[in-house]
This record gives sequence, C-alpha cells and structure tokens, in this order.
Amino acid sequence: MSDAADQPLLRVDGLTKHFPIRAGILLRTAGHVHAVDDVSFQLDPGETLGLVGESGCGKSTVGKTLLRLYEPTAGGVFFEGRDVTAMGRAELRALRRDIQIILQDPSESLNARHTVGKIIEEPFVIHRLGTADERRGWVGELLERVGLSPAAASRFPHEFSGGQRQRIGIARAIALRPKLIVCDEAVSALDVSIQSQIINLLLDLQREMNLALIFIAHDLAVVKHVSDRIAVMYLGEVVETATAKDIYATPRHPYTQALISAIPMPDPTADRDRIVLVGDVPSPIDPPSGCRFHTRCRYAREDCGQRKPEVEPVRNGASVACHYWRGL
Amino acid sequence: MSILEIDELSVAFDTEGEIVTVVDRVSFDLEAGETLGVVGESGCGKSVTALSIMGLLPKPSGRIQGGDIRFKGESLPSLAPARMRDIRGNRIAMIFQEPMTALNPVQRIGRQLAETYFLHQPDLDDDLVHRRCLGLLDQVGIPAPEQRLTEYPHQLSGGMRQRVMIAMALAGKPDILIADEPTTALDVTIQAQILELLREAQRETGMAIIFITHDLGVIAELCSRAVVMYAGRMAEQAPIRPLFAGPLHPYTRGLLASIPRLEDEPKTVLTTIPGVVPGIDELPSGCRFANRCPHVKDLCNRQAPELVVGEPGHRVACHRWREIDA
Repeated sequence: MSDAADQPLLRVDGLTKHFPIRAGILLRTAGHVHAVDDVSFQLDPGETLGLVGESGCGKSTVGKTLLRLYEPTAGGVFFEGRDVTAMGRAELRALRRDIQIILQDPSESLNARHTVGKIIEEPFVIHRLGTADERRGWVGELLERVGLSPAAASRFPHEFSGGQRQRIGIARAIALRPKLIVCDEAVSALDVSIQSQIINLLLDLQREMNLALIFIAHDLAVVKHVSDRIAVMYLGEVVETATAKDIYATPRHPYTQALISAIPMPDPTADRDRIVLVGDVPSPIDPPSGCRFHTRCRYAREDCGQRKPEVEPVRNGASVACHYWRGL
Repeated sequence: MSILEIDELSVAFDTEGEIVTVVDRVSFDLEAGETLGVVGESGCGKSVTALSIMGLLPKPSGRIQGGDIRFKGESLPSLAPARMRDIRGNRIAMIFQEPMTALNPVQRIGRQLAETYFLHQPDLDDDLVHRRCLGLLDQVGIPAPEQRLTEYPHQLSGGMRQRVMIAMALAGKPDILIADEPTTALDVTIQAQILELLREAQRETGMAIIFITHDLGVIAELCSRAVVMYAGRMAEQAPIRPLFAGPLHPYTRGLLASIPRLEDEPKTVLTTIPGVVPGIDELPSGCRFANRCPHVKDLCNRQAPELVVGEPGHRVACHRWREIDA
C-alpha cells in the first residue's frame, strides 16, 4: 500500500475510450464512437465526485472504464498510485476489493436465482474470507446496516421493492469495505420518497467508512446534493469541474449554464431565465470539430468550430474548457 | 365550464381471481384550456386513471368498478365502442413516456401521422393530408419535415420521437391532451424543449392538458392545478401556488421535503418519508398513508379520510390536516 499521504486515492489521466463500429460482412472497423475523450480528474479518500451530463455524454463509460469493465483506449487510471490499466488478472481481482460499482437497476445485477444471503456472501467467498458461520454473521450485519432485516437473507430479490433491492446492492458493494464506490445512476429509477432514503444511506456509509464515491447521474439536483465536486461532461469530454456549490451558483461553461437552467424547479414562484438549447446532442461517432458544444452554444463564435478549447484551471481547483468563458 | 369530470372513479383489476381496487373513488374536474398535473409515485394509480379516461384499460383484467367519467357531459364508460373511437385520438388524445412503444416500428412516420386523418376525416384527399402532416411536423419543431415523413421511428432520437407523438396527438385538434410522463425518459435540455412545445401548442389550440408525472418540478413549471395521488387514492388537490407553499396533506409535505434541491447545502441529510408504499395486496383499511405518516392517530388506522375542502379550491383527504397545519 502506498504511504504518500498527499497522493489522491484515484487519479484519472487523459482517459479515452473509443468503441469500434463494425460494418460489412467482414466486420471491418468502419469508424469509432468517441465515448470518452481525454478525461482527467482526481479523487481524495472520503470525497464524492459527481459526474453529470446527458445521455451519451460518456459518464457511465468513464465509471466502467476506470474499473476495467471496459478496456481504455488510452490514458491512465491510478488507484493509490498503482496503474490500473497495467494490472494483470490477479491484481485486478484484488483491486475490486477496493473499488465497487452500484448500477441503476439492481434487479439486473442481482442474480434472481440466488437468495439475498448468497448474493451478499459472494464477495467473501470469492476472496476466501471467513468461515461459513462468520460469513452468515457478516451478511446479517450488512443487511441491518442498510436498513433491512437479517431475515431477508433467506428471501429472493424479486420479493423486494426497487428501493429494497438497491439496499441489497449497496450491502454487497460495501461488504469488503471498499475505498471507492462508483454509483452509476444508483438512485435514478427510484421514487422520490425512496430516493431520499437511499441518498441518506450512502452519505451515512461514506462518513462511517471514509468511502470515496463517484456519483454518476443525469439529475443535477441529486448529484449536487451528494457531491463535493462535480464534473460536467458533454459528448465524451469534461467541459467544467467545480465544487458542488460553485457549479450551481456560478456556472462558467455555457453548457453547464444551459443544463442548470433546464432543470424544472419545484417552486412555482421561481422566475428563471430559461436557456432552451436548440437541437439534439450531435453523434459521438463524428463529433463536431473544435469545441464539441459549438453547434448548440448560444455564444459560439467563428473560431469555436475550429479551435479546441483547453481545460483551463480557474480558482479553487475548478476548471473550464471554453475559449470565451471570461466574457460570458 | 368543466370539459371533463372524473366522478368517484374506481378501477379494479382481476389478478388471478382476486379483485383489487387500484383506483379508489378519485374525483377531479378539468377546465377547458387549463393544465392539470397528476402527481404521485409508482403504483399510485395516476396512469390507470388516464387509461380509464381513454377507455384503454387492459382487457379483460381491468374494469371500471364505480363512478363516472364525463366528457362535455357525456358519460364515457357507457358509450358505444364506435362513438368512443370517435372521441379517442380525436377529441381526447394521449402521449406516453416511451414513444417507441406507441409508434409502429415498421411504418414510416408519414403513414402513421396520416392515420389520424384516415380514421377521423376519411374524405380528405391525399394531397391535403400530406400538407397537413408537413404542417404538423413543422409545428412541433422537426427540421426537414419532408424527409422525416419518409423515415422510420428508429431513425429519430428520443426527443424527436416524442415530437412525432405530439404531432400525431395534435392532428385531430383535440380538446384534451393526456400526457403520461412524456418527458421522463428524456434529458433535461430536451425535456425543456418538449415542455415549451406543449405550452406553445396549448396557446395555439386552447386544448386542456392532463400532465401525469412523478416530477414535482415539472408540475410547478407547467401546471395551474394539481392532484396528488397516493396508493390509488387522492391525497390532495389544489392550485399550484398554495400546493407548494402550504401543502395540507402529510404525504405532499413529505414529498416536497424529500426532493434534493439545487439551492440546498450539499451533503446534508435529506428529509425522508420512512417505509415504502404498501403493495396492492396489503393496503391498509384506514388511511393508506397511515403506516408512513408522522402524524398518525388511532382514527387514521380505522377509517379512510374523505376528501374535504380545506381552503377555497384546496381539497385534502386527511383526518388531521387542521391540527397539523396549525
């Protein structure tokens, strides 16, 4: 284990993931989906980084690629200083004790034929921890920790509601006391009253276990609520990073501004300046040249389509990738 | 005048021999030209209510058990099927969350749009139908409409498909548009476009909208009044401002308090409603919110509260609303 205290838990450096598109009878590569392009960020122990953006912006691909569920095309992922992209099979298996993932639909990630007890016990079995008796005890403790009865262990996933199933997924994810959990739309499918229960549970566990979280979601209000810092993605790139508070109070990138203004607020007296973006997100197969947002940006000038904006550091560790953000 | 009256509507489903009432004595009116929100969580009965209005309850399991739905004074459940077909899709149109399930995947957009005209105005000539279809696509903001008419649904993005659905719904110039979670599957920036489109269409045609959603933000933004449903019953009904400023029902209060808000301090504890919505086979006999309500008393477990007028235009179904409001 690394001893450098000032080293981040996770450092993602220029992460790129292109998916080949195969066509024709010989399945030759006809092009690439630029799912993630040159994404960099850091994460400290116990910290939450929110990743937001619309469908196809690459936020989920970032989460899956840094776990090596997808092989990165380029770039580095350093967990406690070790390069995840260079790890062999045994090292990866060990890594997955430290990094876990929770997905949107727990019914897809929980084996329907296994009892809840067996599902939660599985990480211990895989990593050869404890005796059968000990493991049974741990499963009970985990179930209680996520707000379920230990008796749930003998039941099957379909006997539980969506929110309860998400609790089971969380129990399994925290079983090995990981240092980082990637939450990929983990609360998006839940009803409001259940969503708030799960958010509180995640925040509790984070404090208790000094968990770092990468919280991927399209709902900016939810992401803002759980995150210390937020990275906004558009078409595979991070366009802005800032603290959760700042990104809402002073969004710098025109896309972030539009995204925030589009969120319907549960306040009928709110009088807001709505920025309605025109058109759809362009295809990631052939993303626009220069700044990828220029085709929908209301401030776009001629050179935005030619010159790609660099990620420019601004105050408080924030950054923005826009040629003209200062003048907006 | 009310264009639509839902009067003590009860809907039951036959599940393996057992009759389960999923919508229980729901009543509300819709005024011409207004936008009424129906809000609630999964299983609250909001979609079933909408399907009942359209006469589209799944058969043979679902049926209207009691009450009435009146469109311009005419009782819809007792209409002859032919007359109902005349109203459905023409006078009352509906759009759904996932347009892909409502659009025919093997028919070109143009053909599907024209269908409304073929069905309801068979004497229009083809040329005129074609021009009307172009006009509709233009009205819903679809670029290059001539080309889109020849395309299939899968060639369009989710937002564009929803626009096509809205175009189809507008074809008959309906008096009422029922929108069942039409923006739930869309990204926020596309959702903003669709809400704007609905507002515009309403301004132009004067149609009334029933907007069904779980998203209180959308309700606040779009609707003038809203009905809050919980586990098959109405909890509260009020004009938007009083509903958000002074909700009377504990469920509405809990719901409003548990939404993460952009103006909140990050990483604070959210207010929650404890527990889960009761399943349809375990509905409590008294107030259905009783097992999750912080204000529950004996009476709540024994007796279902009636919907009473709290303040002008503001109705609530809670035994204790007056005490907890103080």
